[in-house]
This record gives sequence, C-alpha cells and structure tokens, in this order.
Amino acid sequence: MTLVLEQLLNGLQFGVMLFLLAAGLTLIFGIMGVINLAHGSLYMVGAYGAAFVAAQTGSVVLAILGGLAAAAIAGMAMELVVLRRLYARDHLDQVLATFALILIFNQGVTILFGRQPLFVSVPPALNGSVQLLPGLAYPVYRLAIIAVGLLVALGLYLLINRTRIGMLVRAGATHREMVRALGVDIRLLYTAVFGLGALLAGLAGLMAGPILAVQVGMGEQILITTFVVVVIGGVGSIRGAFFGALIVGLVDTSLRAFLPGLLRHAMTGSEADALAAGLSSMGIYLLMAVVLLVRPKGLFPAHV
Amino acid sequence: MSDNTIERAAPAPLAIGTLLATLLLAAALIALPFAMQALGQPALVPLASRVLIYAVAAASLNLALGFGGMVSFGHAAFFGVGGYVVGILYQSYTGDEPFLGLIPGTDQLLITLPAAILVAGLLALVIGALSLRTSGVQFIMITLAFAQMLFFLFVSLKVYGGDDGMTIRRRNALFGLNTRDDATFYFICLAVAAVVFLLFWRIVRSRFGLVLAGIRQNERRMAAIGIAPYRYKLAAFVISGMGAGLAGALMANYMRFVSPDMLHWTKSGELMIMVILGGVGTLLGPLLGAAALVTLETVLTSWTEHWQLVLGPVLLLVVLFTQGGLNGLLARLRPGRSAR
Amino acid sequence: MTAPLLSVRGLRKRFGGLVATDGVDLDVVEGEIHALIGPNGAGKTTLITQLFGELTHDEGAIRLSGEEIGALKTPQRVARGLARTFQINQLLPDFSMLDNVALAVQAHAGHSFRFFADARRDEGLRSRARQHLAAAGLSHRAETKVADLSHGEQKQLEFAIALACEPRLLLLDEPMAGLGHAESEQMVAMLSALKGRVTMLLVEHDMDAVFKLADRISVLVYGRVIATGTAEEIRDNPEVRTAYLGEGDA
Repeated sequence: MTLVLEQLLNGLQFGVMLFLLAAGLTLIFGIMGVINLAHGSLYMVGAYGAAFVAAQTGSVVLAILGGLAAAAIAGMAMELVVLRRLYARDHLDQVLATFALILIFNQGVTILFGRQPLFVSVPPALNGSVQLLPGLAYPVYRLAIIAVGLLVALGLYLLINRTRIGMLVRAGATHREMVRALGVDIRLLYTAVFGLGALLAGLAGLMAGPILAVQVGMGEQILITTFVVVVIGGVGSIRGAFFGALIVGLVDTSLRAFLPGLLRHAMTGSEADALAAGLSSMGIYLLMAVVLLVRPKGLFPAHV
Repeated sequence: MSDNTIERAAPAPLAIGTLLATLLLAAALIALPFAMQALGQPALVPLASRVLIYAVAAASLNLALGFGGMVSFGHAAFFGVGGYVVGILYQSYTGDEPFLGLIPGTDQLLITLPAAILVAGLLALVIGALSLRTSGVQFIMITLAFAQMLFFLFVSLKVYGGDDGMTIRRRNALFGLNTRDDATFYFICLAVAAVVFLLFWRIVRSRFGLVLAGIRQNERRMAAIGIAPYRYKLAAFVISGMGAGLAGALMANYMRFVSPDMLHWTKSGELMIMVILGGVGTLLGPLLGAAALVTLETVLTSWTEHWQLVLGPVLLLVVLFTQGGLNGLLARLRPGRSAR
Repeated sequence: MTAPLLSVRGLRKRFGGLVATDGVDLDVVEGEIHALIGPNGAGKTTLITQLFGELTHDEGAIRLSGEEIGALKTPQRVARGLARTFQINQLLPDFSMLDNVALAVQAHAGHSFRFFADARRDEGLRSRARQHLAAAGLSHRAETKVADLSHGEQKQLEFAIALACEPRLLLLDEPMAGLGHAESEQMVAMLSALKGRVTMLLVEHDMDAVFKLADRISVLVYGRVIATGTAEEIRDNPEVRTAYLGEGDA
C-alpha cells in the first residue's frame, strides 16, 4: 500500500514537470500556431543555467534566478531572431527551423560544458524526507516539486481566466485581427507569451537538476514525452495539458514500477525485466494510440 | 509552394532538355565508380552508395511530405524497421532458427529487400491509419511519438542486441555477385534508386499523384468533387513507408550493422533536412539533398567534431531564406526552365 | 406534381447558444432554379454547408430523390449527384484551370488508384474538361495557373468544376459575389442556359439576378424559411417586407 502511494507521488511529481513543459508548448502553439521543437532546449538551458550558478556561488536562490533568467533570455532571443519569422510559415518550416535550433543549442552547450553530465545536489533546506504515513518516508525535495507545479497550474489558471492579459491570450488564439483592432501590440503579446513558456520550461529544467543528470539531450527526451501529453490532452488546451501531464506521469511511473513484478509471475526474472522495460517505455505511446482511436482531438479539445 | 513544384501549370511534353539532362545524370552516376578509381579516390565510392541510399529514403519521405503535404516526423521508424528485417533474417539464417519459429532466415537480397518493403509497408499502414485521423501539428507529434515507441521497442529487444544493435557479418547475396566489393554494391544501390525514382516519377504524374497533390493544396475542394481524402493519403503514406523501409534494408547491408540509432528521431530529422535541402516536392530534390547533407557531414567532420554547430545555422538559413532548396536555386539560375 | 428532388424537413443546427438553422423545411423540384434569399446572417451558407455534408446537422432530414442522405459524408453525397460552388473560392492554386476541371472529371469517372499512366495525357479526361471549360467561357485560359487568375475567372472556374461533377442538384453559394457588372451578366447568361438541365439551389444577394433566374424563391430569416413562392408572391409578401426593411438589407 505504501509502495503504491509512493509511486503515485512519483507519478505526480513527473506529471507536474511534464505539465510545466506542456503548458508552454501548448500555449505557444495555441496562440502563435507554432510548433517549437526547441522548447526542450529551453528546459536544458534552465537546468544548465542553475547548475552553473550553483557551482559558482553555492547559493540556491541565485541558482534558481540564474536558471530562470537563462531560459527566459534564451527563449526571448529565440522568438526575436527565429520564431517571429515562422508564424506565417507552414509547419514543415517550423519543424526544420526549430530542429536547427536544437542542433545549435546542443552543440553550443557541449562546447561550453562538455559531454559529461553535471550533477546537482539537492538544496540543503529541502534535503531529507518526511514521514507521510507510518512506513512511508518521502523526499522533501520531490514534495516541493509537486507543490511548485500545482501552484504554477493554479497561477496559470488565474492568469488566463481572471486577468486582462489572459483575456487577450484567449482572444489572440482565435481572433488575431480582433486583438489587433483593440490596439494591442500583438508582437509584444507573442514575445511575452513565449517568454512565459520559456520561463516555465526553465523552471522545470532547474528543478529536474537534482533528480536527473544535467546533460545534453535531456531536453529532447522529455520533449517527446511532452508531445504525447499535448496530443492526449488536446492541442492548445491548458486544461488538457494539465490532465494529460498527470495521466502520462502516473501511467509511465506505475508501469515502470509495477510491470516487472507482474511479469515475473509469468516468466523468468531477466526476461521479465527486459520485456517490462520495453513495454513500460512504450506504454504512454500505446495510451496515446488508444486515446486517438477514441478521441482524435484529445481528451480536452479546447480553444485555449 | 513555390513555382518549381512538380505540377507546373502547363503540362509541357517531356522536353528534350529535361530528357538530355536526365540521361546525362544517369551517365554520370554510372561512370562514377570508374572515375573515382581513375582519380585514385576509391574511398569515395561507398560514400556515393550512402548518398544513393539516403536519396531513396528522402525521396520516399518526399512523396508523403512534399507531394502529399503530410509532415511525417517518424520516417526513421520505417527506415530502421527495414534495416532490422535484414538483420533479423540474417541472424535467423546463420543461427538456423526460424524467426518466431515460423519464418526461415535468409541472406538473399532478392528476398530481404521485398520483405523489408512489406514489413515497413504494414507498419506504415498501422501508423498511418491512426495518425491520419489527425492533421497539422498533431500529425507531426504523433508520427514522432510512434517512431519513438518503436525505438524503445528495439532498445528493449535483447535478442536483437538491444541498445548495441546487431552485426551482419556478410552483406546479403545477389546472384553470384561479390556484394562486398564497393563498386558492385554501388551499382546495386544505383539500380534500386533508379527503379524507385522512375516509379515516383510515374506516380506523381498519375491520376493518384494528381489527387494527392490536390489534397495537399485544398482538401475541402477535393471532397467537394467527390474524393474522400483519407484513403489516398493513407495509400501515399504506405508507399512512402515502403520506400523508406527499402532504403533501410540497403543501409543495413551497407553498414553490415543495424541498431536502434536507425530509428532515432534525429534520423527522421535528417531525412527531412535532406528533403528541404534538395527542394520540397521536387523529384530529384531528395537526391541533391542527400548528396548535400552527406557531403557536408563528411567535409565538416574532418574539421571539427562539432559539425552540427555548422549544420544548424546552414539549415536555419535554408529554411528561412531560400525557396525550394537547392533545386529551387538551380532553377533560378536557369531562367525559363523548371527544375525537375 | 412529382416528388421533389431535394426535400429538407425540420433541419436544425446549434452553435452553443446560437441557433443557426432553426427547423428549416425546403423542397426543390426537378428542373427548377430555386433561389434562397435572406438578410446577412440568416444562415444561408450554413444551410448549404449542411446540405452538402461539410457540417453535420443536429436534427432533421435531408432527402435526395427520396433517399435520406443526412448521414453521408460529402464525397458520398457528391456521388449521389450533389455539387456546390463556394462563396469563398476553393480551388487548387498550383494547378492550371484545366487541371482543376480535369480532376473533377477524373473523380466522377471512378476511383483514382491508378499509379502509372500520365493523367495529364489522358485525352478522355482532358477533352471532357475542355468541354466544361468552354461551357463556362474559359477555353482561352485553360493552361493558366489558378493563382494567376482574376477573381471573376476563379468564380467561373468554380462553376465549371461543379458542372464537371455532372450534378443533379447544384448548390450555388453567391456565384455573383464580387463580380463586375459585365461578369455578372455573363454568369446570369450561363445559369439561364443551364436552366432545365440542372436543378439549382441559388443563394444570391443580387436581387436582379434572382428575379431574372428563379422559378421559385424561399426567404430565410434567423434560420427559418418564412416564405416560399414565385417572384411576385415573394415581392408582395408582407412578412418578407418587414424582415427585409427591419434588417435594412437587400
């Protein structure tokens, strides 16, 4: 029972990380109509930024700020230099141009930091674990990630549904001309939305640092999973991104945790482990296929 | 789409100039190994085989992407599976243990290539049938995700080497030829490439090809004249997957090795780069694009290990500032003539 | 009187709170030109789009020669003899005029899973397509790419493509919109030349053209047909007058 609960929490933690990426990706697609493969690069930049500042200064606060700033600056630069020229282009051009950005970011980071993964330690204040239930101690740091993720989700919900900026964002997705007619600088709005998306990706990246190895290619790995989230949730929908992320996080984590045990009932240990590893890596893609069969537009096909 | 797409307004009869240019290209490709030998650069022959194999893969992708408007980001799946068909059949052949206990292995090229085409086609049928229920950006993400799924499948299949891939000790046999010989293998690739390009040339101009191009331009219009787009798109996607599988089977023979790398998503990206470098929706564009990318890679890697840092900006410039890739540039250098 | 070619009963379509089509009843009899008029926003294009199957309706029945076609997809309806023109041109911009029409001929001739023969050298398809272009007065520009045509020529091409589908019932969505005076006259002439051979449901704002062409007129207001009758009957109908004067549209 405690094992199940622990895995649920792990799934939740993975889910909110996916949400931070999926929210930006789906917003950028919903509003600007751009598919940005380099969104994962911003995640990587956030992770490297924080790792670098942490190694230099030893300060957690500065590391967080450093990671966020690096991702936001990289994101805005990306928008100003490249993506702005892609809004009116077809998806093929967008895919290839942002694929080129991935190559540039990955090689750039390799030159700056080398191929060896960086390891980041958990901030001292969040070290250790808490006793959630008798027999269930859970790392504070992971709980913190879940809390941050849920807070961001709440904040985004309020931002989009309760503020003028949110209204513009919602309107901008469906009625570009109308927003322009209101006298709003649509370019500024786009850059702001892109900056927000980059910030969220950077946040996910810097939080991932102490759990995963910070290395080149980390962005693409999670990006493809994020695509699955967006497809399952419904392209362009924040709500879909949220629930899609939680579903994918939970499914992926539980398959990895429980499948080997289940298969061992049916076959020998090593074969079961190999098969389970394969099946659990494929699980979310199969889930996506099923969702597509039933709901081709995703679970929450919304306008924003 | 720019002017130099294949379906120009006027259906000019096959111009003498185009015919001559094609014959010239064919002659050059046939003479290439001998010329390399004469120039004392025999090491370039395998490189040319590589270009031809990638040209087949890119041309196949181009059928879906350029002519059909389906931006598939998962063609590495078909390419890789084609390769694994060769690898698995070879392993069954040498181990004398039928695949799944049913299908006997073989090292005969005349069997492995059709088998690769068949398996890749069936896979494309399944992936296409699901993915084509969506369009636009979802289609891109879904094809990418399915390819990734297969990537993980082969990583986990320890029987076939898992992460490390599997070695094919000898290239497949074809009649009594010495397929190990670089020039011989080059001519095999050339023959396959010639057949594929000839087929695509016919398909693009056929009733099916026009319907496909029509769907790319305006799906609503096609429905309004009574054409249900889905089945035509699916058929094109399957043909495209079959071509990529064929290329993968050749590549496995070329490298005498298959690994999940062949299915990696960056491989899908590379195939797309070749298509756009050469010129989307042009017949010979993929050949040019494959040549350009392989050359670029070969030249740059001799300078720096960070060759992708050069490829990135080059690709960016091509996407942002050229129309129609290399083929488009060539066409503009020859005013009054269209690029074919 | 024989059974109508097209019979619509209780057709309804909602978009959220908005009722776009509110229980439309409509009969179009074989051979007539039936005009559908109404103020802007009355739901004329929405109705055409539902009849053609590009938009699914919520309730009601659509019958073509007695056969219920409401559940069919657009290509299946085309196969049963429907065709339409679009108010906003839907053409294949990279193709020539002749290609555009030849594709419609090809689609009408059966499936297109033919992979080898050059379709542009298929004289059967091409000559039929040329006939349709000639009928629409477009022969001289057959090889011109659609993207290079004027708006008026594109409208005429829309018409030629629809004819190439050899429809029993042609749905025309504002064929005169955006045309100059001379072009409009030409379109009216083409439609009258076709009268009796092809049944037409004509949505049009140009009242001169409507009164010149239509055998019967239906008036659509707020998603309902409020009157159907001959030109005189409609002109004298008080309800129609209020609807039009109230909207200030003609």
